Amino acid sequence: MSQDNGMKSGSNLEKVFRAGHLAVTCECGPPKGADVEHLKKKIQMIKGYVDAANVTDNQTAVVRMSSIGASAILAQNGVEPVMQMVTRDRNRIAAQSDLFGAYALGIRNMLCLTGDHQKFGNHPFAKNVFDMDSIQLLNMVRTIRDEGKVNSGDPVEGGVSMFFGAAANPFADPFEFRVIRMAKKIHAGADFIQTQCIYDMVRFKEFMKMARDMGLHEKAFIMAGLTPLKSVGMARYMNRNVSGITIPEAIIKRLAGVPKERQAEEGIRICLEQIEELKEERGIRGFHIMAIEWEEKIPEIVERAGLYPRPAVA
Amino acid sequence: MIVADPKPFQQIRGFLEDYRKILVLGCGTCVTVCLAGGEAQAELLASGLRISFSKDGKEATVLEDTVQRQCDEEFVLPVLERVKREGIDAVVTLACGVGVNFLSDRIGAIPVFPGVNTTFYGGNVEPGLWSEMCAGCGDCITHLTGGICPIARCSKHLLNGPCGGSEKGMCEVDPQNTECVWQLIYERMKLLGRLHEMQNLIPTKDWRPAMDGGVRRSVREHIFRLQYKSGAGA
Ligand code: SF4
Ligand code: SF4
Repeated sequence: MSQDNGMKSGSNLEKVFRAGHLAVTCECGPPKGADVEHLKKKIQMIKGYVDAANVTDNQTAVVRMSSIGASAILAQNGVEPVMQMVTRDRNRIAAQSDLFGAYALGIRNMLCLTGDHQKFGNHPFAKNVFDMDSIQLLNMVRTIRDEGKVNSGDPVEGGVSMFFGAAANPFADPFEFRVIRMAKKIHAGADFIQTQCIYDMVRFKEFMKMARDMGLHEKAFIMAGLTPLKSVGMARYMNRNVSGITIPEAIIKRLAGVPKERQAEEGIRICLEQIEELKEERGIRGFHIMAIEWEEKIPEIVERAGLYPRPAVA
Repeated sequence: MIVADPKPFQQIRGFLEDYRKILVLGCGTCVTVCLAGGEAQAELLASGLRISFSKDGKEATVLEDTVQRQCDEEFVLPVLERVKREGIDAVVTLACGVGVNFLSDRIGAIPVFPGVNTTFYGGNVEPGLWSEMCAGCGDCITHLTGGICPIARCSKHLLNGPCGGSEKGMCEVDPQNTECVWQLIYERMKLLGRLHEMQNLIPTKDWRPAMDGGVRRSVREHIFRLQYKSGAGA
């Protein structure tokens, strides 16, 4: 990391980390079509409030504008993209080719994922690919960057200086393996990590302690993932229906305890309190705020969390 | 074993409108064991067809037979002779897809219709339940995973541990019925005292020995050559 090896990509996100600031990223889901204006509106909402924004790759397996296309539009419009890439839809030939294409379009951060199973999306009858998993993808793209070789061993023409990221879910099972899986991702090539959204602080802190014991916080920039809850209904829904997410009863009770019209504000307050608490957690190097279909709240959250203005790094 | 499910009766019935002498052919191996295409199912389908034909006023003869294996000439040749001898004009096979192909490759101008949907290689895990366990990837890696297959049994074929959707031992793709295979592998590796191996990166797989290298053949040189030389094979 910053101490033992130098700049990998020169992306804004990487520079913010290396300058020692707490980084801020959010999510920017592309439209379910080629509606560029809609995307541009979202970009305007978050511009200046985040160091980079994740551009999802057909998240939950619902067909959307490609993450490469949308990432290029973000870059052109002044928000640095973190292009997500899933292995569900592309084999190693397509993945490497897309990496080169993305780099050529000016994209400098990429988050490597396996992706949600197509069962959850709008084409459950599609054939999936899964030629490799997210860890193998990380290893492959790192080899391209650091050794100049594609998966087959053939040389790459021209360098690819990208900053690679991965996701980690401390809340899935088996718990003791979650930190090992994160370690595998970091060893394979992840320069930064964004966690699944945190609600169970006790479990998260336990996870971070295990990560620190393994020295992982010094090998990658770990960002805490947060999703503000809009209502008690949303909290209950996520708790019940999203595998790998549990929302503690205390949070559900707290939301249920305020009238409906004030639940969104309460959700934001919970998120802000989490940020405050996590600023103190050793090894946390930034926040990844996933405001699901709620991008307009990003500026407010970033400001109220004391994370505004975003640092200008050279 | 190869597991299959019976095709819907109406679909099979729909194949047969133009035929008058139909052979329903069961297979005595895998599909017998999984109760999809053995002698009993052949009988059942044949009598169902007879009832349906007579109800519809369609004149047709439905014969039934079951052979030990439809994937071996030894058992298939007598069927082919019978088809010719008796003037059978269509065959519904209850063998797996291998049987459908094996017959079609040899039977000449007689149509062969599938009577089952071939699903996977699996085991009988409890009475009436079969589960997928191998995907025939051609380069078994289960020595790395405690003898449990992440290719066939993980919905995303992950090779480096459970995804973020593994919860309480179940797979996010089917949390009611399907265990997360990586939870099973984790527990098994622990039991075997090999948990530390799960830190190792399993590299990208060579899928050539799987279907991705093209159509596969399996050769036992000593027998294959012998037959070839003597002119009996090839
Ligand atoms: S690794 Fe391949 S051959 Fe071995 S059990 Fe799994 S699919 Fe079958
Ligand atoms: S929950 Fe387990 S079995 Fe299901 S896709 Fe994830 S890792 Fe594979």
